[in-house]
Amino acid sequence: MACNSSTCQSNSGCYKREEEPISSKSSDSNQQSVCVKCKVNEPVSGTSDDGRFCRECFRSNLYGKFKLSVTSNAMITPSDNLLVAFSGGSSSRVVLQFVHEMQQRAQKNFDASKDRSLPVFGVGVTFIDESAYHQSIPSCEIDKAIEEIRSIISNLAPPAKQLHVVPIESVFSLDSLDGRERLKTLVDSVSDATGKEDLLLYLRMLALQKVASENGYNRLVLGLCTSRIACHVITATVKGQGYSLPADVQYVDARWEIPVVLPLRDCLALELNMLCHLDGLKTVEFSNGPCSGINGLVSSFVKLLQEENPSRECTIVRTAGKLTPFHFNRIPELNDSNVPLATRRRQKRFNLNPSESISSESFCPLCFSPLSKSDLLSLSSCQNYDILDAACCSSCRFQIFPKDPSSMEHFLSVLPQPLLARAKNCSNGNHSSLRKQIQDCLLSESEDET
Amino acid sequence: MEEAVTKPTKKGGGRLCCICNQRRAALKRPKTLEQICRECFYEVFEEEIHQVIVDNQLFKPGERIAIGASGGKDSTVLACVLAELNRRHNYGLDLFLLSVDEGITGYRDDSLETVKRNEVQYGLPLKIVSYKDLYGWTMDEIVKMIGLKNNCTFCGVFRRQALDRGASLLKVDKVATGHNADDIAETVLLNILRGDIARLSRCTSIVTGEDGPIPRCKPFKYTYEKEIVMYAYFKRLDYFSTECIYSPNAYRGFAREFIKDLERIRPRAILDIIKSGEDFRISTSTKMPEQGTCERCGYISSQKWCKACVLLEGLNRGLPKMGIGRSSRGFNNDPKRDKDMKQSNGTKSIENKQCGSLDF
Repeated sequence: MACNSSTCQSNSGCYKREEEPISSKSSDSNQQSVCVKCKVNEPVSGTSDDGRFCRECFRSNLYGKFKLSVTSNAMITPSDNLLVAFSGGSSSRVVLQFVHEMQQRAQKNFDASKDRSLPVFGVGVTFIDESAYHQSIPSCEIDKAIEEIRSIISNLAPPAKQLHVVPIESVFSLDSLDGRERLKTLVDSVSDATGKEDLLLYLRMLALQKVASENGYNRLVLGLCTSRIACHVITATVKGQGYSLPADVQYVDARWEIPVVLPLRDCLALELNMLCHLDGLKTVEFSNGPCSGINGLVSSFVKLLQEENPSRECTIVRTAGKLTPFHFNRIPELNDSNVPLATRRRQKRFNLNPSESISSESFCPLCFSPLSKSDLLSLSSCQNYDILDAACCSSCRFQIFPKDPSSMEHFLSVLPQPLLARAKNCSNGNHSSLRKQIQDCLLSESEDET
Repeated sequence: MEEAVTKPTKKGGGRLCCICNQRRAALKRPKTLEQICRECFYEVFEEEIHQVIVDNQLFKPGERIAIGASGGKDSTVLACVLAELNRRHNYGLDLFLLSVDEGITGYRDDSLETVKRNEVQYGLPLKIVSYKDLYGWTMDEIVKMIGLKNNCTFCGVFRRQALDRGASLLKVDKVATGHNADDIAETVLLNILRGDIARLSRCTSIVTGEDGPIPRCKPFKYTYEKEIVMYAYFKRLDYFSTECIYSPNAYRGFAREFIKDLERIRPRAILDIIKSGEDFRISTSTKMPEQGTCERCGYISSQKWCKACVLLEGLNRGLPKMGIGRSSRGFNNDPKRDKDMKQSNGTKSIENKQCGSLDF
């Protein structure tokens, strides 16, 4: 539908993936009561595909999407140690399940093989406790939820997985009581509702990175699904982050110390919910309340669009996926001999061409998004060359930074140490070299943004 | 718009304008929420547009410029502001009003009356080109034949060509259109939702069609619709505000509503969307169709016949479906060119404000 003649520009199989099932659907329309894949079992209803698959085929289809994104992006290799970020929702529940199954298979192969040359990758799970931010949630509810999460993890078949329950305020590396206070002060100093939510997101990533790096993990697995990424595409656009957006929507994001991978990038929230329901995967829900501000508005907008057209979220993510990615949107050790040859070959087929990607050296210290030339230009023309204010992207400067200079100092004093360190890094090292690169443009400092 | 006008408090004289600090604030500026007086509003509104024109070098001295005038608020304000800035800053432009008469009774005939009054009010010569003269059909007749489905396709294709033809009759160097910031933000979003990466890369450029016969520019690229309405309201400009009778609510698409909601929470969102659109990095691997001329009418076309001629032939032969939809085979049924055809169809439609938004 989105691909009618007047809009479709792409002629290289742009809707291939959708067209396949559709064509098979039309041929089977007279016998709707059989699964279109195995043609034996009764289809389940309520999936996004309108009950075209039976339970088994639905499941294997979803697992197939996960597996394809894992293998074609070299997300997991035998020597890896993965940390799964588990929020309790259905997306992270499914990603945990799939990673677990993959690990089990690897274990089976390991046990069966004679030479035991390929080790089994390790898996750990982390839950970031955000109760310091959502102070309305009673502590007994949190404790109960953490108990449930513990039981979910311990009920998984071996190999055993370690669970790290970490409070969000750990990013301040103080004792937890001080941390809670400081988090509250930090969040309170942000006046914009959307800015508050986004700041929490950045702190969460900081916390995840911290857990991963302190416990010797080398991959961070997130359960972000198509639906969530589609929302992010629109919110980033609305916040003026068009330059950095491509960095967030690829399968791999290695700009962090511990590379982040998104194996469920091609799965819809609807499908993941369905799988949890079908397989009886237990999820843990919190009453965090809905998003407000821009994020809330966008998610209800995308939800509406998705109801009107079930492929809309895919289209949005696909559009954003076509934007030129950054050099860090791939797993770094490509030519490492540890990467199986098959994976490397696959990667060549699927992965982006390095020459097509943008290399960016400068990042916003708050949201860690790559900075565009115009961002750098506007900050080098900045009069008060404050470390952080100067190095930030325009979006953070608007929605997170305090407007008046007097509260600025206070804001900086409560920021977590790693963020400040990042800012210093940016402003000293590569920032000056970047400035040199753009020196020729600096004469015309007429960046009059309204 | 009314709610944005702050009522001066009865006692104590109300708040002072935060720009001049002398007169009483009369309105809250939609773009920045500053409380300012009318005089300062006119000043910042006009000077911002002047700045956009200067920064982007939209016009050169001595150029002849046609203003696409529909009689609606955007083009009326555009005519008024351009005439004023031309005088004030000595652009040295010859300005003209260019209107297209689609032949829609009860809509265009009334709005053309407005344009005719504008001709006198701003002292700008007016040229009207009509569908009837160019194509032998009015929109009324077309709708009578094909009904209310796809009529916007005809209107859009014909209007684009009509504007170019009118512009070449006037021998102008450029056409200025009244697309505002809201329009452009909406187009950016729609192109993302549709997955139209090629148009996404083009839709934020302030000048388009430089490879074509007559380039077009959008001096209102960063101007908020609300401010345009406000300007027209306070200046008591004479404009026409009825919607097209064949496509009522064409503009109140869901994307439009979404943008209005965003603006309410964060006025700057509109500019941010445009900024995102400008910053998107898109590798231009899509081949542009070869440009040729239509064998029938001589208009630019990547096909044997231009789109307008295909549609027109369909009308004249009583086969109005011809040229509409996915397989537009008929006259250009050269399979090798079929791919190009798809591209050229979509390419330029931001030029005409799109009627209807996303097809569900």
